[in-house]
Amino acid sequence: MMENPVIHVEKLTKRFGSFTAVDNISFDVGKGEIFGFLGANGAGKTTAMRMLCGLSKPTGGTGTVAGFDINKESEQIKQNIGYMSQKFSLYEDLKVWENIRLFGGIYGLSDKEIAQKTDDLLKRLGFESERNTLVQSLPLGWKQKLAFSVSIFHEPRIVFLDEPTGGVDPVTRRQFWELIYQAADKGITVFVTTHYMDEAEYCNRVSIMVDGRIEALDSPSELKKRFEVGTMDEVFYLLARKAKRGE
Amino acid sequence: MRIKYLIEKEFKQMFRNNFLPRLIIGFPLMMMLVLPWAANMEIRNINLAVVDNCKNTYSRRLLEKASSSDYFHLVEVASSYEEAMNGVERGNTDIILEIPATFDRDFVKEGNSKVLISVNTVNGTKGSLGSTYLSSIVADFNKEIISESGISGKANIPQVEIIVQNRFNPHMDYKIFMVPALVVMALTMLCGFLPALNIVSEKEKGTIEQINVTPVSKFTFIVAKLIPYWIVGFIVLSLCFLLAWMVYGLTPQGSLLTVYLYALLYVLAMSGFGLVISNYSDTMQQAMFVMYFFMMILMLMSGLFTPLSGMPQWAQNMAMFNPLKYFIQVMRQVYLKGSSITELAPQAIALVSFALFFNGWAILSYRKRG
Repeated sequence: MMENPVIHVEKLTKRFGSFTAVDNISFDVGKGEIFGFLGANGAGKTTAMRMLCGLSKPTGGTGTVAGFDINKESEQIKQNIGYMSQKFSLYEDLKVWENIRLFGGIYGLSDKEIAQKTDDLLKRLGFESERNTLVQSLPLGWKQKLAFSVSIFHEPRIVFLDEPTGGVDPVTRRQFWELIYQAADKGITVFVTTHYMDEAEYCNRVSIMVDGRIEALDSPSELKKRFEVGTMDEVFYLLARKAKRGE
Repeated sequence: MRIKYLIEKEFKQMFRNNFLPRLIIGFPLMMMLVLPWAANMEIRNINLAVVDNCKNTYSRRLLEKASSSDYFHLVEVASSYEEAMNGVERGNTDIILEIPATFDRDFVKEGNSKVLISVNTVNGTKGSLGSTYLSSIVADFNKEIISESGISGKANIPQVEIIVQNRFNPHMDYKIFMVPALVVMALTMLCGFLPALNIVSEKEKGTIEQINVTPVSKFTFIVAKLIPYWIVGFIVLSLCFLLAWMVYGLTPQGSLLTVYLYALLYVLAMSGFGLVISNYSDTMQQAMFVMYFFMMILMLMSGLFTPLSGMPQWAQNMAMFNPLKYFIQVMRQVYLKGSSITELAPQAIALVSFALFFNGWAILSYRKRG
């Protein structure tokens, strides 16, 4: 048990009819931590994450995110988190600055703050020349960096990333993770799902889900030690091959 | 003031879309400039075949009278009814007028005579209107002959002359009847269905999830979707009124304010209806089909084209639940009769009820959290 966790979950369960997507999971995530949430396809990662973000109501269990109850205070949670979904989710028919302005405005930032922060952000990303570009004409890697930056634009306490680097090249992934580290340095807790085991190595701690349950939770080095293997890849393989749920 | 950013986004997307702005301009133009001429129930150029078995002065005069009218176009003078029927079967003839051999004699002896009118009613409207026109021509002819020749006999029965006065649309111009109703159609599409399709498209693209995970309330999100379409709807409405005045010289007899007030109620009701559909649809395709289904029923059972009073009772009962019906009534009454709000209270009550019902349902069925 951790002291003052940012995310605290106990016996969280989600059932769809007779199918139990998330089965009795419990864990804590500390402030500023980069928490990797791993699992094979269909293991229940996205469902669990959606419950934490207030997109889906838990069937059972309790928990808090940023100090708010996931069962009762989902709207307060939403003010304090950022979310980047698997499906790319900026507006393709809006320009780069318009997307930033929209989401800044939605989270209650003033016009002045938005303008100031937009300049800073574009400069930091080296995107100044793309300010007036429609998002649909940006390359995928750029879109994802932008989507991540937009999801933490309002300086949330936690950011949830659902397979943020799917389909991009290793160089861009590396750059993306630099952005994640920058966010964590500012004290933003990062909750990330991924299928890339090299990315798992970048996390402070990882949990591995198999068939709706958390089978292992520790730092990557501890996990490798426990399973007596050299890479996270092997750890994942040892655990995930026990899965009964197929794709 | 989060809604400001959302409305701003909707407008940007609307005008950046390569189809919507054209639709917004093209739709009222089509509705106002093309359809009133096409959606016309007046029947002209009915193909007439005549079988004149009498071939005498009176019968020739009747023929001349019938074929000189605007409504009929004499295509055939047949020697027998069978021959004329062939024309009907080939599709060349719409209506047959058969004059019996005893036509003249009956007139002189009895002061009246019988003719046979036989109508092709494959196209029911054309057929029934054609036979009505032709009967009135025959009746008119009958009167002429009687007054001219002073034929006595039974002809001196006192006759009732009917003077028809067309109130509110003195020239029975069908365009004047159609224009207010077509405006209703334009408003239905723009304010009822477009915002609903827009919401479904956000579902399809997945962007709605990004909104659902923000603190934006579902109410704010939906209102921000509706407001731009309402504004566009009222611009289109005004454009339609302007065109109706410029092209047809048609201005409302009643107050324009009344029209706008009812338009507002109607738009609220139909937006709510569209939202209900969008809440139950996962794809644009599904939403489109459901809308087509309802649009057909709503249109055909609204009194837009065919009068409701001519429908069977069950159909009239169904039409009680059709918001289109009430707004079309309002538009026609205000435009043609100059009715005021007090006279249109039942319609106001109906539209307010629809607005409350559909929007209530839409709010209950919208889920931000699954």
